[in-house]
Amino acid sequence: MGGITVHREGMMNVRELAEVLGLEVLTGETNMDRPVRSGYTSDLLSDVIANIGDDAVWITIQRHVNILGVAKLKDVSAIIIPRKLDLEGSFLEKAKQEGIAVLRGTSSAFELSALVYERLKRG
Amino acid sequence: MVDSLAYTPQITLEFEIGEKDFFVAGECASRVKKTLQQLGLKQDVIKRIAIIIYEAAMNVAIHATSGRLVVHVEPDAITIRTEDVGAGIEDIDLAMKEGYSTASYEIREMGFGAGMGLSNIKQCSDDLNIESRVGVGTTLNARVFFSDERRHEGA
Repeated sequence: MGGITVHREGMMNVRELAEVLGLEVLTGETNMDRPVRSGYTSDLLSDVIANIGDDAVWITIQRHVNILGVAKLKDVSAIIIPRKLDLEGSFLEKAKQEGIAVLRGTSSAFELSALVYERLKRG
Repeated sequence: MVDSLAYTPQITLEFEIGEKDFFVAGECASRVKKTLQQLGLKQDVIKRIAIIIYEAAMNVAIHATSGRLVVHVEPDAITIRTEDVGAGIEDIDLAMKEGYSTASYEIREMGFGAGMGLSNIKQCSDDLNIESRVGVGTTLNARVFFSDERRHEGA
């Protein structure tokens, strides 16, 4: 579960995904070596709870601390915030505490989803 | 991975849930998930249990003024119970319908209250019982069996 650091060849981790997609890393070194195998885009927490996959990046515009409970429960690899939306310091502090990486992109959730999907498919 | 636990753990975990205490739902579910992982239960069973706990605790946080969650682990099953003091549910069948919600705009804006909670719980439970009195409160009992065979036999 949490804290997997084994990096198999050909599998992307959070750090590499952030690099290739030019995403801003807002939580320092937190969880950067976690593998990323899937992704899910949704702002409804019940939908995420029921349907997000394993080792997933979660793309959402929700930015309140309560979403971190969902992220932790589903053991997400990283949260990706679109459109350079503002984030509160308290959110990022809590994310670090809970061991969840938060990344941010300039593109929309739609575009980010396509980019992540394309990258993961390529392996 | 096991279908039933070799020994009889009889673990009971209890959590208090305050009004609008949204973070605690994730905490409860994460704590129980960790315990069940240590017991060596199958991943898919743990996933279902975590969804039930999260949604049930969330319902208490959103709709009640106070409540608690009690999780009881037996050798071959788990019982998840929430009891709350609050608004209650007027029409349980309607509340079970996916998409039906009485949550406020503020709560929906946060991504909660999409009307998926009870239907998610139902999907993940092997046995579900809800009792509610309007203006008094709601009690929910959900049961999940660890083995597929027990599951299909029903409660």
